[in-house]
Amino acid sequence: MHELSLCGSIADIVGRHAAGRTVSVIHLQVGQLRQVVPDTLVYCWDLVSADTPLAGARIDIDHVPARMRCKACGHSAEVGDLPVFACPECGGVNAEITAGEEFMITSLDLETGT
Amino acid sequence: MGRFHRHEDGTEHSHEHEHETGDHSGYETGTERVQVLERIFGENDKTAAANRAALSASGVRTVNLMSSPGAGKTTLLRETLSRLAGEKRVGIVEGDIETSIDADRLAGFGASVALVNTGNGFGGECHLDAPMVASALPRLPLADLDLVLIENVGNLVCPAEFDVGEDARAMVYSITEGEEKPLKYPVMFRSCQLVLVNKIDLLPHLDFDLDGFLANLRQVNPAADILQVSARTGEGVDGWVDWLRKI
Repeated sequence: MHELSLCGSIADIVGRHAAGRTVSVIHLQVGQLRQVVPDTLVYCWDLVSADTPLAGARIDIDHVPARMRCKACGHSAEVGDLPVFACPECGGVNAEITAGEEFMITSLDLETGT
Repeated sequence: MGRFHRHEDGTEHSHEHEHETGDHSGYETGTERVQVLERIFGENDKTAAANRAALSASGVRTVNLMSSPGAGKTTLLRETLSRLAGEKRVGIVEGDIETSIDADRLAGFGASVALVNTGNGFGGECHLDAPMVASALPRLPLADLDLVLIENVGNLVCPAEFDVGEDARAMVYSITEGEEKPLKYPVMFRSCQLVLVNKIDLLPHLDFDLDGFLANLRQVNPAADILQVSARTGEGVDGWVDWLRKI
């Protein structure tokens, strides 16, 4: 349940960028290796944003699959569902993660006009 | 203003100027997309860096100790403190959702203990984050310490996500937890430099497949140091204390 404190951080960042304007959508990028449960995040967001100027802003999540690069042979591959970080090409286990650890607010949709 | 995203091949770019509704006519009410590109852990990580700098400036090395509840962190710490007594001056940051039970268990072993209760009115935070550790550090006499051990909240998920300013991460895993845990909680197992395989004295009494566990651990973290210990009997604890001397 660290989604609750994450939502506090999201509110801080969004509030700073919105600068008083109404936020309709918060676009997040969440990597596969981030242990964030999307439904829990949305639920916690409703709790955290209620009765604040950010109430009503919707969270939109762009999932990023985990990818690895084998340090032995250089082969790049998707990690897949089972978290096994072994190279499918040479079997090497010394791999670096090249994607899947993102946890970022990429953009905001702000209401325009009156 | 654009739509930043990442493709399967890892490339990233932004599309220029999308509108969900409205256009540039000046008459429509709609939305405008503004790029943010800010990491959600950014603030935590800034505080973690400040913690790390404060600890380092005092000549203190710091280990973040993580595990599931009941894996044996506090028992191990008691054994650790009695072995390091007179040699290293140790401070403990004790994270628990509620109660001072673990902090009380560590009293009388010559260490300074700063308790952080993470209760927040929503059932309690399941982890220590950098600001919580920052709030505990002024309650430790850092200038007089050599080593700070952070006993994180018992949980195999959330603590792994938060840098608190440690120099190294160690995990206490108990063989009563089953062989498959590294595969189910790869982020925590992967984030540690050391995995202590605790309660090894119970091995003859369990169906636990030690080789299977070690193979699973190697799959998610081939680089981790591994020590088999029993905090209860003291078996292997000297190896852990040696590891602490070297970090």
